[in-house]
Amino acid sequence: MEQLIQQIVNGISLGSIYALIALGYTMVYGIVKLINFAHGDVFMVGAFIGFYSISYFHLGIFPALIISMAACAVFGMLIERIAYKPLRNATRIAALITAIGVSLFIEYGTIYLRGAQPQAYPNVVPLHDLKIFGVVISGQSILILAVSIILMVLLQFIVHRTKIGKAMRAVSHDMDAAKLMGINVNNTISATFAIGSALAGAAGVIFGMYYTTIDPLMGIIPGLKAFVAAVLGGIGIIPGAMVGGLLLGVIESFVSAAGFSLWRDGVAFVVLILILLLRPAGLFGKNVKEKV
Amino acid sequence: MNGMKHTKGFWLSIVLAVVIGIVIQFLINGEILDSFYTNTLYLIGINIILAVSLHLIIGITGQFSIGHAGFLAVGAYTSAIITMKLGMPFPVAIIVAGIVAAIAGLIIGIPTLRLRGDYLAIATLGFGEIMRIIFLNMNYVGGASGMSVTHMVTWPWVISCVIITIVVITNFTNSRHGRACIAIRENEIAADAMGINTTFYKVVAFVIGAFFAGVAGALYAHNFYIIQPTNFGFLKSFDILILVVLGGLGSMSGAVIAAILLTIISTYLSNYPEVRMVIYSLVLIVMMLFRPQGLMGTKEITAFFKVGKTAKGGVQNDKHTVA
Amino acid sequence: MTSTPLLKVEKAGIRFGGLKAVSDVNLELNKGELVGLIGPNGAGKTTFFNLLTGVYVPTEGSISLEGEKLNGQAPYKITKKGISRTFQNIRLFGELSVLDNVKVAYHSLSKHSILSSIFRLPSHFSGEREMHEKAIEFLKIFKLETVMNEKAKNLPYGQQRRLEIARALAAGPKLLLLDEPAAGMNPQETAELMELIALIRERFQLTILLIEHDMSLVMGICERIYVLDHGQLIAEGTPEEIRNNPKVIEAYLGEEVS
Repeated sequence: MEQLIQQIVNGISLGSIYALIALGYTMVYGIVKLINFAHGDVFMVGAFIGFYSISYFHLGIFPALIISMAACAVFGMLIERIAYKPLRNATRIAALITAIGVSLFIEYGTIYLRGAQPQAYPNVVPLHDLKIFGVVISGQSILILAVSIILMVLLQFIVHRTKIGKAMRAVSHDMDAAKLMGINVNNTISATFAIGSALAGAAGVIFGMYYTTIDPLMGIIPGLKAFVAAVLGGIGIIPGAMVGGLLLGVIESFVSAAGFSLWRDGVAFVVLILILLLRPAGLFGKNVKEKV
Repeated sequence: MNGMKHTKGFWLSIVLAVVIGIVIQFLINGEILDSFYTNTLYLIGINIILAVSLHLIIGITGQFSIGHAGFLAVGAYTSAIITMKLGMPFPVAIIVAGIVAAIAGLIIGIPTLRLRGDYLAIATLGFGEIMRIIFLNMNYVGGASGMSVTHMVTWPWVISCVIITIVVITNFTNSRHGRACIAIRENEIAADAMGINTTFYKVVAFVIGAFFAGVAGALYAHNFYIIQPTNFGFLKSFDILILVVLGGLGSMSGAVIAAILLTIISTYLSNYPEVRMVIYSLVLIVMMLFRPQGLMGTKEITAFFKVGKTAKGGVQNDKHTVA
Repeated sequence: MTSTPLLKVEKAGIRFGGLKAVSDVNLELNKGELVGLIGPNGAGKTTFFNLLTGVYVPTEGSISLEGEKLNGQAPYKITKKGISRTFQNIRLFGELSVLDNVKVAYHSLSKHSILSSIFRLPSHFSGEREMHEKAIEFLKIFKLETVMNEKAKNLPYGQQRRLEIARALAAGPKLLLLDEPAAGMNPQETAELMELIALIRERFQLTILLIEHDMSLVMGICERIYVLDHGQLIAEGTPEEIRNNPKVIEAYLGEEVS
């Protein structure tokens, strides 16, 4: 029983990271119908910025987190303006290919600048482990959960209680109508990228603290898995990304614990295939038919 | 498009290819071309086959498949098993590799080709990864450390596989079947309405593309002495995708040219792999922003040789509009 | 003389989630008739066409062609059975030539296999030649043979519309569905279109069901008219009857006022 709970705790910790990244995917897809392949690399950049903040500037976790989120927000907006905005009316394939290009550029640019070797994350978590009912919840897990919950609550607040959130919802519903209503679509899209990227940056810092090692290609697999999580929950649907991320994290933990650790990366893809074949709209999604 | 007879351009290209093939063979025999050049040539050949096979799926039929490296892996491992474990000759390995990859294409294609656009892309990416992970976990083929394979590739093998690939795909494209695939690419709903079984043709294109990727896999495996699952990840799929995109989606000669150029460039940059990828990715981004139709757009190289003929005007036009 | 109608639609309908896009539609077409389907925007006319061609599967009712039930069959099979259509927003194969667009319509009527094409067997050549010759002859009927090697996307709008009709006809249908064929046309082009429709109906022994907003066209050539509003049939009759039907007038006026 303790094992079970332990795995669930592990799964939720992992899943929170997936959820934070998945939110960025789902918000961007919801608003511009683009799979932002580079999103996983923003996560990576966030991890590195956090690392440099802590190691070279001797900042604490929370300042490092904030800086990383801010920097990633700007980074995400830059990417959108430079590479995606010009292609807003192009074919989906062109946008997808560009996103792939941006992703590769960030990855190999980072390798070019600092090499491909992994980097150890300093252990700066100020919290102690918690022991409840025989289950050990590490300080890192508590931190992840706390930060994730705070960020997700913040996100819900922004999306549902602020003007920009309303604008985001309007634009993802119908871009042209929103434009006619006087909403500045470009700024709204930028804001969406900013928020999504900030969340990814936070996830990066948290990841570094939890797994204590980061490298330039670290964003690829978690990025793909987070995307699967977003699809699982229903792409474009924010609560879906949260649920999808947590669910995927838990499933993965269980598979790993059951002894199939080499297959753990495969879990996400199997889930993806199953979802796409059985319920492509995702857990929370609705089926939208193409107009003939 | 005239599927009635091949134009002079087509036969000329075949003759040219054979001539080049023979010339190169002489150069190899006379040791004028050392192993660096021959290796590059083999790699060019393999990449041409990969690019052309993916071109059929994405360029002609419009199905955005980005897990092609998975079929390469299936072909590579299958051929390696045939020669290394079962002791059968190389030609058998090549054919069986193609067939097994085609079967994989069938199994994967039937469920995934129901999906459209982004979803199809991600599903194919997922399947590509699943195939890689399967080989990663297979101790029979060495798992993560991979499998060593005797070098069996020679120039005649490469050039004949290249020519066969190009001829088969060209013949398919210049026929009612290729037209059906292009119709699907252009407007799938209208293609349905015109009586085309779109699912069937999407799967057919996918299977043929997978077959030749498998053939390329056999050549790949028997050229690089060792194959490992890491060779066949989605970065490899992106490599192949870049060839097709840069060449021009819809142009087979574009795919061939891109394969030749990019292989040469990456061979010369092989000492600076990060630089290569940075440049690649920048080129990809810039291409999509400023020239999304790639090098050739949807035109074929034969179109450039028709300038004189169109001056005569005329009803009987034997310009390949497709390949 | 009562024979089985060519097309018999009984209580057909489809709902998307909670919305009944089309419901309880009864319609019959006899061989050789030229019938119109009109109604305000959003009435469900194109949705109805999509039901007939298999793009949507009816959630209620039945659709039969010459007595054979069509419900739930794939669109390409329904085309083979004899229903062909044009689209409201032209759906040509832009990168293919005009000739190739028509050749695509002959696809299901040709027999040479994939293998015969790959290995360039004689059956490929004879099959392709036949398609080629038939397509050219067909284009001549529509006066499109002069542009037969142009890419479809490069044609002017009027020719594109004509090609769309030509292509639908090349599939050899018994029933032709035209979805707003006169959209975007000026009066002269519309008059030419009316002549073309009359001509092809005669020549190809067609039954035609036509969606149109242009009343001069509808009243001018249709023998009978069905009127759809909010997914339901509100009237049926001759042009004269429809013109004076108060429910029809209200449906259209209601749309204008609101």
